[in-house]
Amino acid sequence: MQAINYRRINQILDEHRRNPLQLVQILIAIQNEYGGCTDPLRNYVAKALDVPLAQVHGVVEFYHFLSTERLGDYRIYVSDNITDRMLGNEKIMATLLEKLGVTRGKPRADGRVFVDYTSCTGLCDQGPALLVNGRPITRLTTGLAAEIASKIEVGEPIATWPAGWFQVEEALRVAGPVLAERSEPGRALQAALALGPERFLKEIDRSGLRGRGGAGFRTALKWRVCRDAPGKAHYVVCNADEGEPGTFKDRTLLTRFADEVFEGMTLGAYVIGAEKGFLYLRAEYAWLYPHLVAVLARRRAEHLLGEHILGRNFSFDIDIHLGAGAYVAGEESALIESLEGKRAVPRTRPPYTATHGYLNQPTICNNVETYVKTALIARHGADWFLESGTRHSPGTKLLSVSGDVARPGIYEYPFGVSVQTILDSCGATDTQAVQVGGPSGTCITPIEFARAISFEDLSTGGSFMVFNRSRDMLAVVQNFTHFFAGESCGFCSPCRIGTQLLRQSIDKIMAGHATARELADIAETAQCIKDMSHCGLGQTAANPLLDTIKRMRPLYESRLTSLDFVPGFDLDGALAISRELSKRDDAAAHLGQRCDEHGCTINAAKAGEGT
Amino acid sequence: MNGNDFTFVLDGENIPFEPGQTIMEAATQAGVYIPHLCYHEEYRPRGSCKLCTVKINGHFGTACTMPVQPGMQVDNDTDELTAMRRRVVQMLFVEGNHYCPFCEKSGNCQLQAVAYHVGMQDSHYPHFYPLRNVDASHPDMLLDRDRCIQCELCVRASRETDGKAVFGLSGRGTRTQLVVNSESGLLGDSDFSITDFAARICPTGALIPKREGYPLPIGARLYDAKDIARVGHRQPSSKAAGEK
Ligand SMILES: Cc1cc2nc3c(=O)[nH]c(=O)nc-3n(C[C@H](O)[C@H](O)[C@H](O)COP(=O)(O)O)c2cc1C
Ligand code: SF4
Ligand code: SF4
Ligand code: SF4
Ligand code: FES
Ligand code: FES
Repeated sequence: MQAINYRRINQILDEHRRNPLQLVQILIAIQNEYGGCTDPLRNYVAKALDVPLAQVHGVVEFYHFLSTERLGDYRIYVSDNITDRMLGNEKIMATLLEKLGVTRGKPRADGRVFVDYTSCTGLCDQGPALLVNGRPITRLTTGLAAEIASKIEVGEPIATWPAGWFQVEEALRVAGPVLAERSEPGRALQAALALGPERFLKEIDRSGLRGRGGAGFRTALKWRVCRDAPGKAHYVVCNADEGEPGTFKDRTLLTRFADEVFEGMTLGAYVIGAEKGFLYLRAEYAWLYPHLVAVLARRRAEHLLGEHILGRNFSFDIDIHLGAGAYVAGEESALIESLEGKRAVPRTRPPYTATHGYLNQPTICNNVETYVKTALIARHGADWFLESGTRHSPGTKLLSVSGDVARPGIYEYPFGVSVQTILDSCGATDTQAVQVGGPSGTCITPIEFARAISFEDLSTGGSFMVFNRSRDMLAVVQNFTHFFAGESCGFCSPCRIGTQLLRQSIDKIMAGHATARELADIAETAQCIKDMSHCGLGQTAANPLLDTIKRMRPLYESRLTSLDFVPGFDLDGALAISRELSKRDDAAAHLGQRCDEHGCTINAAKAGEGT
Repeated sequence: MNGNDFTFVLDGENIPFEPGQTIMEAATQAGVYIPHLCYHEEYRPRGSCKLCTVKINGHFGTACTMPVQPGMQVDNDTDELTAMRRRVVQMLFVEGNHYCPFCEKSGNCQLQAVAYHVGMQDSHYPHFYPLRNVDASHPDMLLDRDRCIQCELCVRASRETDGKAVFGLSGRGTRTQLVVNSESGLLGDSDFSITDFAARICPTGALIPKREGYPLPIGARLYDAKDIARVGHRQPSSKAAGEK
């Protein structure tokens, strides 16, 4: 057990100027240093920052990668997106648990190691993947997992593990204007400065650029509303939370095109009159932090950032804030709460971020790719941008292709490209279904493969997951439905409770205990959750179930029980804890349920011969 | 309609409003009941229980947070909305552990009263039977998380009226729970007092005074005979609390 070195804690606190707005950043640093934010640490931080202890506790318990107990010297999170499942992550998990002698989700008694699953880590093109103390290891095999376990057993520091293990590959498969050329830093900025803020904004407006984060909001409109809003200061935020399972194109942009991202943010600052910007980097990409910091430093040295940019009366700088594991933090108002050091709970709108964002001041929040597009428009002009794409969705879109394809990776296509074209080019064969836009998007079957990627047809933030005919699509639905239930922030009742109900329903279907009537019930519950939820998470959480019930009904029907009534209360299931405690699993430790109406036994299969 | 016409349409009736009011405020002023649980007129609306969901120009939204615009068309008392609200109330019931027949709050409980109002007959969904902590450490108050619906009214009252910040929410998803601001996490070790306004604001039996159970028999309690739409929420006001 590591003793707490309060001088080191004070150092962390001072690095963050003991500012309560930095609470999340401070707790992340403490978690990394001590493997947990334990009672004395939380108390110390609460006192040092003069914030209520309940608030510190609330933050720690909110984020997936923060914990109130010490987890261990090595903290391993195995990515559990469906694409990792398809590549065998369960075997990797089993190997790690066995070799290390740990229970999943429980720290090992000697404080050495902790192993758990986590949602998609954005490495779907090279899964199965894991993060160990924040660093990624991809293309895992059981052999590699065993090697990792032995390094941990001998306590070898991660810094001396083979560097090759941590290689992340960026596979650019089909390049368009974004991926094809790397522009010289500052070119876009010079072009915009030559135009002046108003004319440059008009150019963005004329380009018809729509946000690449998924919702497709007109970028120029957002910037204009923000610029015109009164406030003490204006802020620029870049959304690099990339939490939608199956999306990893922002990872590529941040790795290979960080200059373009920061240049786009600087253009935004120039238009709205901001001096301060934030890049909100998801915890799963924390390994990119040193690289991004270095790019920022170089840009400052080149006078592309900081005071008097390019010798003009224009100052702007960018801070990188880390996430701590929460899909909902990608929702822009939740992201801003997180930037302010709080739990990432979406705000009530109106008012909107554009007028009341960071510290309630006017703020633009855009996706990584959106900023890259603004830099392209600055250099080449709106007319050039309008040459590709469709009327309502101009330009190109980066797609993260994963799943059952020969060539997973990043594909850049003009909007309007058909699903079939992408499938052909990535080498997908015998395709059963494609999930466009991630779990919150749309699941389509071959009769719809002529449909187009665009805001007017199939909208996507970039996730494109392919499933061939050997896959059990209901296992896919189950994975996605569990994802939403695990990521609901818990703020509003329909999503907090409803996503759990959906999870129970799909589990019941998979176990073969659901009835035809329940299928109809799911649709009704799903509609309530969709209509009444506070943010996009709840509003889309039922999509995987609804889409597949509509398009693949026979899959469900084949799993229903012939009974038309199965009690919601699972008597046998309720005995699970007792079985665990008594270490029994024989037939007599199971119970069948007898329904009074015709005397049928329910759950008889699970209850075995005992009934 | 001209620019000075400050009316909107609520269930087909023209209702006047004052600029800046939310749908909930304007409706309440006009004597129209919109079911709610996390709303209290003294605090900034939170908009989390979603019970006050109404249809605004064809789209769903929460009445407690949405500012009225002139000419807005709002549906409130419709079969569709009642059915949706019933489902949300049922969700709240199965998420916690509620045992109305012997709960001290029974008959005075807003969750229960709203359930009557929306015609809830059964729980519809399987019960979660969560394991939640009861905190009986305070000499005068009981905190029974089994009955907490996470409306954050106590959080807001303690912070804004009592100036204490005794409560907060922690966790996420269905593991969200009310936490107390003390090193032990116990109410008895916090600076909470029964005279706090937060002690009187809980809509359910989650935060309830000790030794005060069942002063009135079943049948004589606030919502036993009369619908909450007629009685109202009878929420305490901090001003009245200050006077006594
Ligand atoms: C639950 C949820 C998660 C989201 N995650 C992301 C994300 O990871 N990245 C992103 O750019 N936008 C995400 N969004 C969308 C943002 O709220 C916002 O619309 C976007 O950042 C705006 O940028 P854009 O206009 O450039 O697309 C998410 C939305 C929701 C509801
Ligand atoms: S819909 Fe879900 S994620 Fe969004 S605010 Fe409500 S509980 Fe949180
Ligand atoms: S708090 Fe209300 S709903 Fe819950 S048991 Fe008590 S009376 Fe019933
Ligand atoms: S204790 Fe009562 S007032 Fe506080 S959050 Fe729970 S239900 Fe609301
Ligand atoms: S279904 Fe009830 S007894 Fe057979
Ligand atoms: S009263 Fe409006 S959401 Fe709770």
